[in-house]
Amino acid sequence: MNEKFDAIVVGAGPAGNSAAYTLAKAGMKVLQLERGETPGSKNVQGAILYSDALERIIPDFRDDAPLERHLLEQRMWILDDESYVGNTYRSDAFNKPPYNRYTIIRTQFDKWFSGKVQEAGAMVISETTVTDLHMDGNRVVGVKTDRTGGSVYADVVILADGVNSLLAKKAGFHPELRPKDVALAVKEIHFLPEETIDSRFNVSANAGVVIEMAGKITNGMVGTGFLYTNRESLTIGIGCLLSDFRKHGIAPYALLDKMKDHPAIRPLIEGGTMKEYTAHLIPEGGYHAVPPLYGDGWMIVGDAAMFVNSVHREGSNLAMTTGRLAAETMIELTADDKPMTAKNLARYHEKVKTSFVMKDLKKYKDMPKVLENNPQFFTAYPELLNRAAHELLTVDGVEKKAKERSIRRSFVKSRSWTGLMGDAVKLWRAFQ
Amino acid sequence: MHTVVCIKQVPDSAQIRVHPVTNTIMRQGVPAIVNPYDLYALEEALRLKDRYGGRITVLCMGPPQAEAALRKALSFGADDAILLTDRAFAGADTLATSYALAAAIARIREDMPVDLVFAGKQTIDGDTAQVGPGIATRLGLQLLTYVSAVGEVDPENRRIIVQRRAEGGVQVLETALPCLITVLEGLNEMRFATMADMFRAARHPLTVWDREAAGIEDITKIGLKGSPTVVSKVFAPRPRTTRAELIEAQSGQPNDLADTLLAKLFTKHPQLGRQIVRRSS
Repeated sequence: MNEKFDAIVVGAGPAGNSAAYTLAKAGMKVLQLERGETPGSKNVQGAILYSDALERIIPDFRDDAPLERHLLEQRMWILDDESYVGNTYRSDAFNKPPYNRYTIIRTQFDKWFSGKVQEAGAMVISETTVTDLHMDGNRVVGVKTDRTGGSVYADVVILADGVNSLLAKKAGFHPELRPKDVALAVKEIHFLPEETIDSRFNVSANAGVVIEMAGKITNGMVGTGFLYTNRESLTIGIGCLLSDFRKHGIAPYALLDKMKDHPAIRPLIEGGTMKEYTAHLIPEGGYHAVPPLYGDGWMIVGDAAMFVNSVHREGSNLAMTTGRLAAETMIELTADDKPMTAKNLARYHEKVKTSFVMKDLKKYKDMPKVLENNPQFFTAYPELLNRAAHELLTVDGVEKKAKERSIRRSFVKSRSWTGLMGDAVKLWRAFQ
Repeated sequence: MHTVVCIKQVPDSAQIRVHPVTNTIMRQGVPAIVNPYDLYALEEALRLKDRYGGRITVLCMGPPQAEAALRKALSFGADDAILLTDRAFAGADTLATSYALAAAIARIREDMPVDLVFAGKQTIDGDTAQVGPGIATRLGLQLLTYVSAVGEVDPENRRIIVQRRAEGGVQVLETALPCLITVLEGLNEMRFATMADMFRAARHPLTVWDREAAGIEDITKIGLKGSPTVVSKVFAPRPRTTRAELIEAQSGQPNDLADTLLAKLFTKHPQLGRQIVRRSS
């Protein structure tokens, strides 16, 4: 006897949970299948939670979700070997509820989110790998799992199986991931007493700080580093394009070790005990790497659809939003008594296109290529900026005009006038 | 044959951490699992059911979240699941826990006689190995601990034969039913539930018993009140200072590796070489 559901959601990350929750809340018969031992056990993220995306799904999530610190301050550092130049934004407006961003520990957060999905009435089954899709011609009619008698059927299958969506690949919805379309990120969680973190980062009462970093820490590879404050721990990590790791032959952990040893970073994490070490792929191919989003009887959401805005370090909010939009599409079609054909599910694509998700990806569509082809943004410029700051801030009896001249000369010498102009234009265009 | 399997939900000790300041166990974010020894017990009960038929009831005392452990047991093929949960049970040591579980089994027996009770040899969080024997003693059941294999069962004459690990060997023991068996690790491999079992487990109505439902009247025997154990001090063991040494031989050949290892051993412990020479001569 084979079971039949309204929808099967494959995967229990932010995208899958958002889809399953929204569908179940609307009274749909939902089955969510998760490969890991428990929902969340395989999930890795920095992690910052963007309230807006979750609020649109669970408005009162703040009542019981496990949140670490709300973000009061954002720092952006451009690092040279032993220095950094940076900017900081801190505002008391970020210190007033409802807070806009939080740091979270994903294992705890995902457990909570999955609990909500189950409360809403979805059936969640873990330790079950979806191995293939059941097709009827071009139409997806269900899934096959690795369990005996493991075929389950549904009107719609929502693929939320993450960055390396084996299912989408197998079904031919998605080409094999290219190493230059994914970043490999590694991170560690270091325990430190709450008071130490408060005083070290100049915060109190559950306020937190984010430091985003770029420059020489990535050894010339396209990537960024980060440091987030949790309640009783710090998360520190770094991610670079997989293709670059391969090209440069650097081990990710070695890169992270080197970053932790940077004179500006070492004192921040000093005395901490490492609690956790994780690594994960991040889809960073951007707009051009987004696969077809729907077909007869299926939709694809979240990381599996490459929905990550690598410039602004956003991903989970894109995942939650696309998960919700896919669910809402299905709810609307059901209300209109329309079948889940490709023609009708195209509405999901429309929704994604008119949302911030696709608009943001489109805005930065050329960014991956520009960064990939111009390593100077990760090497020469951080060095030049840091040296310029050093020169300007060193008081040594040299007149300021001469200092400015010398800084200008260093830029021209390193990049040439045309190079500087070209870089400015490239970056400006990529941000358009 | 009616078998009761006692299971406990425990924090995955492989992922547990000790708070560096307070020395208490940090349970936050540590996944809860079914005590691994209990899974061996459950699988052994399932195998007996495959051979002789009957029913399996899983019993778990714990907070409401322990439902996940029972659902897992159901997915493997248990017929019924009872969650024993009540604030009054909180803070129980092994004495109070065995009292509550024994009372629940006595209550189960009222509806259907129990022939066998299975438990893991111990839990990975408490490591005491006292609760199984405690239940057997309270219920007057034959007790077989550290069982490494379950052999023949004769339901007719109500006899069971098991192998029990003992110092210096294996005992083959026969006893009368009803009895309680605590099992060792590795005596079987857990089955992989079918999809139908997963659905059944997800939908199966769970029986939830509080103190009264389990027929417990004397609240001085359960929970913190019934627990004479006192935790006077908690401390983290000092990290080991001696490190393992990696021995390498130039060629990487097994012979060379062995030679290098022996040379090291004999240099470090000269008396060892002398002893070997003395024995062989």
